[in-house]
Amino acid sequence: MVCPYDWGTPGGVRSHVQGLATTLQSRGHEVSVLTPVEDESCLPDWAVPGGKPITVSYNGSVAGLSFGVRATRRVRRWIRDGEFDVLHVHEPLAPSLSILSCWSARGPIIGTWHSSLDRSRILSAGYSIAQTAMEKISASIAVSEDARRTLVTHVGGDAVLIPNGVRTADFRVATRSTNPDVPTLLFLGRLDEPRKGLDVLVAALPQILTAIPTARILIAGPGDTAEHLAGVPAAIRDRIEIVGSVTDEGRRDIFARSDVYVAPHIGGESFGIVLIEAMAAGTPVLASDLPAFRRVLQDGRSGVLFPTGDAPMLAKSAVDVLSDAPRRAELAAAGLIRAQAFDWERIVDDVLAVYDSVRLPDSRVAEDLTGQLVGRLRTWRSS
Amino acid sequence: MSPWLWIVVALVVVIGVLYLSMTAGRLDRLHKRVDTSLLSLHSHLLRRSASTLELSTSGALDPASSVLLADVAHRAQQASQDQPADQWRSVESELTAALLATLDDPDEVAEVSSEQPGAALLADLADRCQRVALSRRFHNDAVQSTRRQRARPIVRIFRLAGRTPLPVTWEMDDTVPSGLQSGNAPFRGLAH
Repeated sequence: MVCPYDWGTPGGVRSHVQGLATTLQSRGHEVSVLTPVEDESCLPDWAVPGGKPITVSYNGSVAGLSFGVRATRRVRRWIRDGEFDVLHVHEPLAPSLSILSCWSARGPIIGTWHSSLDRSRILSAGYSIAQTAMEKISASIAVSEDARRTLVTHVGGDAVLIPNGVRTADFRVATRSTNPDVPTLLFLGRLDEPRKGLDVLVAALPQILTAIPTARILIAGPGDTAEHLAGVPAAIRDRIEIVGSVTDEGRRDIFARSDVYVAPHIGGESFGIVLIEAMAAGTPVLASDLPAFRRVLQDGRSGVLFPTGDAPMLAKSAVDVLSDAPRRAELAAAGLIRAQAFDWERIVDDVLAVYDSVRLPDSRVAEDLTGQLVGRLRTWRSS
Repeated sequence: MSPWLWIVVALVVVIGVLYLSMTAGRLDRLHKRVDTSLLSLHSHLLRRSASTLELSTSGALDPASSVLLADVAHRAQQASQDQPADQWRSVESELTAALLATLDDPDEVAEVSSEQPGAALLADLADRCQRVALSRRFHNDAVQSTRRQRARPIVRIFRLAGRTPLPVTWEMDDTVPSGLQSGNAPFRGLAH
């Protein structure tokens, strides 16, 4: 399996790869994951370092990618030594280990599409290089309807829809550590990515704190808060607790400490795995009404939706939910049930069916040198 | 003619030839993908009819359904050996129709799978049906990518596809009976 983004940075694709890999292993399959990583000590023993990540901006967010001659060499060695039955590449168009492994391999290759790309990016010069890699993928999986639509309408080709999985057991909270006197609202996500919508939440804070002066706001996730909180008065600043980066285990604990998880994203999100994690932890979810979030929250039946980017409406819904304990209990119960539909134990059966449907008994993934040559020529041609 | 013009002409020719060989390489890869996905589809079709036969001879179903399924499953196995692809496809579609007729009612299926060997056989058949649908989809996807490439003028003019016949999509009904669909609501890919 290939993960294109830095293993040390929490993110949707990374969690997906980890969840899928561990569930497959618990079913007795052998899994090897190739991923960019800064600090090799944080890798589990089934993951293989694919090179140091280089931080660049890609598809509207900041990502740690690995590329270049050394990364290519590592990818090829990994494919040669691995003798894999199937190669599962995540985000095949990501200019990282993903596209490199599509180039370097032949045999049963499965691609999983996570994000929705915009049309201009797909039609850009880079895409003609990517075409070669694309054509080698024997089966495509899309994690969401949006990702699937991108693939079908812009890239050409078909994909089956298998949603993201969550190891719901990892998020099950035995005892909640919330304090009824301090209603707590949680934000969780990279702070330096505008599309995560922290600014919308910050704009809503005065209104929330006027209605509920005892409320506390937890801001968790990697990045610098200074920029976002620059214009915030001290009285409001006092009610905010900056948590910083949280580990995987830390996520569950922070959900347990929160009365409501808010997802004020303003776009670019094609799935919303954190929403499911929050639901699995029994934390009610308040989210912007992006199409992906509406689908996860069943149009508001298993969580509360507000118009995307609308700070006053965010504030109003947050106040409603924070001051209504029975409603929160109801939402938590609905969320727990909804989260089960996305448990890896269920999802992995569908993934295995896809592996099975493209595998031949005697076929294995092998190194493809012609792909390398073609790839190099194409890079050269379009540069 | 000046020597520079010759150099330019030579360069253009070299680049042209490289481009042609690359395109041919791409086509070759696509053709291989079509071949392997077709083999995979064939093996899944065979397993589906084998699984249907097993179910129909197990006594888990009522005699009428058993006879119906056994007949068409047997014909599907025959067709895979000695009939042209067209014939085989239509028999496989008939098999799907027979499965739909006998196993489309979730309540009835639940009854059969409430005891062994019905449960195990139905679970196996459900897997087989799902894999047929998936592999057919991936095969047709490969065929369509290949046909798109082969329609390009450069491929046609220079006959880059050689003598490889133009692949055709595998058209058949592969609906999974609703009684056999997994309880996994999010997996809607096949309903498409």
